Amino acid sequence: MILATSFLHNENFLRVLYIAAFALFIYGLMGLTGPRTAVRGNRIAAVGMAIAVIATLLQPGEGNWGLIILGVAIGTAVGIPAARRVRMTAMPQMVALFNGVGGGAVFLIAWAEFDNTGGYAHPAGLHTAASGPVPTYVAVFSIFAAIIGSVSFWGSNIAFGKLQELLPGRPITLGSLQQPVNFALGAIAVALGVIIVAGSHSELIFILMLLAAAALGNAVVLPIGGADMPVVISMLNAATGLSAAATGVALNNPALIVAGMIVGASGSILTNLMAVAMNRSIPAIIAGGFGGGGVVEGATGAGAFEGTVRSTSAADVAMQLAYARLVVVVPGYGMAVAQAQHAVRELAKALEARGVEIKYAIHPVAGRMPGHMNVLLAEADVPYDQLKEMDDINPEFPRTDVALVIGANDVTNPAAHTNPGSPIYGMPILDVENAHSVVVIKRSMNPGFAGIENELYYKPNTSMLFGDAKSAVADITAELADI
Amino acid sequence: MLVTNLTILVLAGFIGFAVISKIPNTLHTPLMSGTNAIHGIVLLGGLLVIGLAGNSAFNKLILVIAIAFGTINIVGGFLVTDRMLEMFKRKPTSAPKDGEQK
Repeated sequence: MILATSFLHNENFLRVLYIAAFALFIYGLMGLTGPRTAVRGNRIAAVGMAIAVIATLLQPGEGNWGLIILGVAIGTAVGIPAARRVRMTAMPQMVALFNGVGGGAVFLIAWAEFDNTGGYAHPAGLHTAASGPVPTYVAVFSIFAAIIGSVSFWGSNIAFGKLQELLPGRPITLGSLQQPVNFALGAIAVALGVIIVAGSHSELIFILMLLAAAALGNAVVLPIGGADMPVVISMLNAATGLSAAATGVALNNPALIVAGMIVGASGSILTNLMAVAMNRSIPAIIAGGFGGGGVVEGATGAGAFEGTVRSTSAADVAMQLAYARLVVVVPGYGMAVAQAQHAVRELAKALEARGVEIKYAIHPVAGRMPGHMNVLLAEADVPYDQLKEMDDINPEFPRTDVALVIGANDVTNPAAHTNPGSPIYGMPILDVENAHSVVVIKRSMNPGFAGIENELYYKPNTSMLFGDAKSAVADITAELADI
Repeated sequence: MLVTNLTILVLAGFIGFAVISKIPNTLHTPLMSGTNAIHGIVLLGGLLVIGLAGNSAFNKLILVIAIAFGTINIVGGFLVTDRMLEMFKRKPTSAPKDGEQK
């Protein structure tokens, strides 16, 4: 019995458990690289997490079990229903929220550490209740974690508020003052952090630092338009990962370091991928005003194109589709907002029953996150092999009879190829204009989030079906039944 | 100790790059959600600090909140990712079923 207990609490045994957890995290993430192994990959990573938690609870000197159980119970009671009930279209804000609470945990832990060590005791070698003198690096990494965690917590909550439409989606900005203000807030937070590292044990300074970081989190995310939130969420996701890794260094816990750093690295890649796909630079996004007025200057004004906009009816579209051989559906943000994915699937089924071949063209940034569109279509039971990525579908447009654009705009704008003056010039797009005919379902002629007119709508082979994506698609399906 | 930890930090970063950069676009949302769940590992920090002797009442309060936050992050994150991925997974079985109905 004594042997078993001492074995369980043996430091090396705990390290081995951590190593098993890392292996499972990495193996699980590798599983996420393919649609067939992804579910298993996620579960393997979850098992790794369970092992890491158990190993931590076995640490010698672990205590306060009542409080631990209380915290875990609250977290489980909130987390499980939230994850179960959220609709797939609301997924991005849910990820933002889960990211936010992670950041919240990071700064709260740094705060508790601060109190526990007598304010990251330094330099007099003040001994703490728990252990010996506190080295300087503990203060440095804890302060880093506290600032980034606080920024991430508040930034994610704002992102959640915008996507959930609790806050206006349009940019809220201080105009030309925005950047100086952001910079000042960042500088204040860092300066206060330096004061603490230099030996101030004032809790007031620590709290002021957290407040400055909180204000910075708000100031960075508020000026960003709702449609561009994915880039921000991804960036905050990476930031939370880094702050968790910093917490790990401060607490000398390798599990936190490894897991946090892997997330930091992956989040950075994702952020970069999204920014590249949108042809935006990350500094420009952080600078604010993105997704609102910021890029309009230099955009071509209305009426600059030759030709007229042709409006069509659901009956005409149904006729066109019924006699097509290949129809490519181009879903976009508008489809997600209108929750039209099930209606689209119904239409596709009706067309397939008539022998029409259906494919879906997925732009990397369609929807609210990369891959979001795939999730929405998968939810509507669209077969995975009908979803084509941009590079695979573009050569197919010349033999496409009808390209059905549903709520997508900028990702189809030929100006990205033809107009060097356009803000989206150089962005990879779906070449729908090469299809024999193009039907665009859209609410109105309002430009997309980039505020750019779309030349596609003025092409002779393009017709517009104005209306809400969901009801317009349902109308087409209804008309199709009568043909 | 610091140097060892920094070594782990740097190597873990490279592993993160190597593993993640191979993931196809279509799985980016689940991936983001999955990595999001993994940084819930900060829960461990809360568990470690609350176990130390000498926490004040205020400390205990914020640590319980931190543990609750970390748990939400982990449990919610993995569950949501699982729900998303299940939709990809059941495709091969449900597609033929659609065919049978017709």
